[in-house]
Amino acid sequence: MTTTISGELTRPGLGGGFRDLRQSSFLLKLLVRKELKVRYRGSVLGLLWSYVKPAVQFLVFYVALGVFLGLERSARNPDGLSNYAVYLFSGIVLINFFSEALGNSARSIVNNGNLIKKIYLPRELFPVASVWVSAVHFFPQLVVLVIGCVVAGWHPDAFQLLAAVGGFAIVGFLATGLGLLFGAANVYFRDSENLVDMLLMVATWASPVMYSWTMVEAKLGPGLFALYQANPITVGVELFHYAFWYPTTDGSAAMPPNLFSLWLPVGMIISLVVLALGQLTFRRLEGRFAQEL
Amino acid sequence: MANAIEVSNVSKEFVLRHTRSIKEAVVWLVKGRKGDLSKKFHALKDVSLMVETGETVALLGLNGSGKSTLLKHISGVMLPDSGSVYTRGRVAGLIEVGAGFHPDLSGRDNVYLNGAILGMTEKQINERFDAIIEFSEIGEFIDTEVKFYSSGMYLRLAFSVAVHTDPEVFLIDEILAVGDEPFQRKCIAKIQELAQQGKTLVVVSHDLDLVSRICSRGVYLEHGNVLFDGPIHEAVARLRA
Repeated sequence: MTTTISGELTRPGLGGGFRDLRQSSFLLKLLVRKELKVRYRGSVLGLLWSYVKPAVQFLVFYVALGVFLGLERSARNPDGLSNYAVYLFSGIVLINFFSEALGNSARSIVNNGNLIKKIYLPRELFPVASVWVSAVHFFPQLVVLVIGCVVAGWHPDAFQLLAAVGGFAIVGFLATGLGLLFGAANVYFRDSENLVDMLLMVATWASPVMYSWTMVEAKLGPGLFALYQANPITVGVELFHYAFWYPTTDGSAAMPPNLFSLWLPVGMIISLVVLALGQLTFRRLEGRFAQEL
Repeated sequence: MANAIEVSNVSKEFVLRHTRSIKEAVVWLVKGRKGDLSKKFHALKDVSLMVETGETVALLGLNGSGKSTLLKHISGVMLPDSGSVYTRGRVAGLIEVGAGFHPDLSGRDNVYLNGAILGMTEKQINERFDAIIEFSEIGEFIDTEVKFYSSGMYLRLAFSVAVHTDPEVFLIDEILAVGDEPFQRKCIAKIQELAQQGKTLVVVSHDLDLVSRICSRGVYLEHGNVLFDGPIHEAVARLRA
């Protein structure tokens, strides 16, 4: 909807990109609220599902990887990771956020096709609202994580908390950028959402969520390891480890080298570039959404 | 008077793709590329339309003549292949009433959501909320989920939100078949009231008697061409001929 003052002739249907989002912040708020209300409609547990699902996922991974495959440090396994439960969960919550945000935003345009075909509104709202909803669902998991950390003797400093914010921002920007890209592509080729599902499966294992980064370095060597580190999700997960897991340990565990001097800026820049590319592609393609849907 | 809508030399072509899958594309190649994988279809051919502020225009024509496509260009849902579209002031569409409704939300939530989708601000919706409810005659059911509404109630609420958006330019696509007869009369009265207030109206309808009552100007389209543009009665007579 063109919101200019009457008196000026404007071209309808040309979006202003992210500028539109500020103007339609009220609509964005309502879309997010709608998603949250509708998500668990008619279920007995309701929002509790946002706790139950990650809890079960965590338990399965913890038992299988930590206990059976011996990643947890114990008296018989001194090489394992101390507080593996916290290590694992701090990575899982971030990956869950990314998976939900990207998975839903990639489908958001097609799912809202009925509306997009009939009424003009800034279409960026739909992928962005999906990411926002995922951030809301991320919050209860974060609370559980913090409780777990406190039980494990968490004593973070301000810098470590900032690192968590940075990690979250990197992953959030990346999810929004990819969501815009795949959401727009999905209108033309429904292969896009299947591609996203595959990507998400890879993403879970392409970052040190279940295992430690040192195992990767040992196998890959410095060149490939640099490539591994350039993945913004890897940086995000490592920042979360630094913020939530590292302060619960005795501090003897090694953090990846150059995490703050090199990889944090690299991850942030890659995420922002993906965001810009996603936005650009989205704007290129959105003109034909109504006729292709 | 200034123009509220300026459509200049707009053409629109749709590509009707028969397939997108690799399998069918390979079959097509193997069979020696017989036939076309896609067909082109001209929805609008070099259409120009100037509408002054306060005019009431009916777009007439048979199915597939390009009326709705033209309306979608004015609302901004579609962009022209060539030519240009300009509008002045806020444009809102009564296009397919209730497109923005979600069945699992209450009537109240839907009023806010749909109002925002149609471009209203939070303050505007708060101010007009009571008027919207009163016009819709929904009453106590406003806090019930709309999936439990009868189809008449659903349409009444959706129509009520749309007419209260108060834009400068109103686009109406075949929605006047709303609810029972008393409510239909009420809707038409409301639309006529908007016209008298100096709002610009563009109406697409097959109900020729109705549009001749509401509109003063008729544009007759056929296969994407404007065949006639002039007084509504002549346009209707042409279409009936």
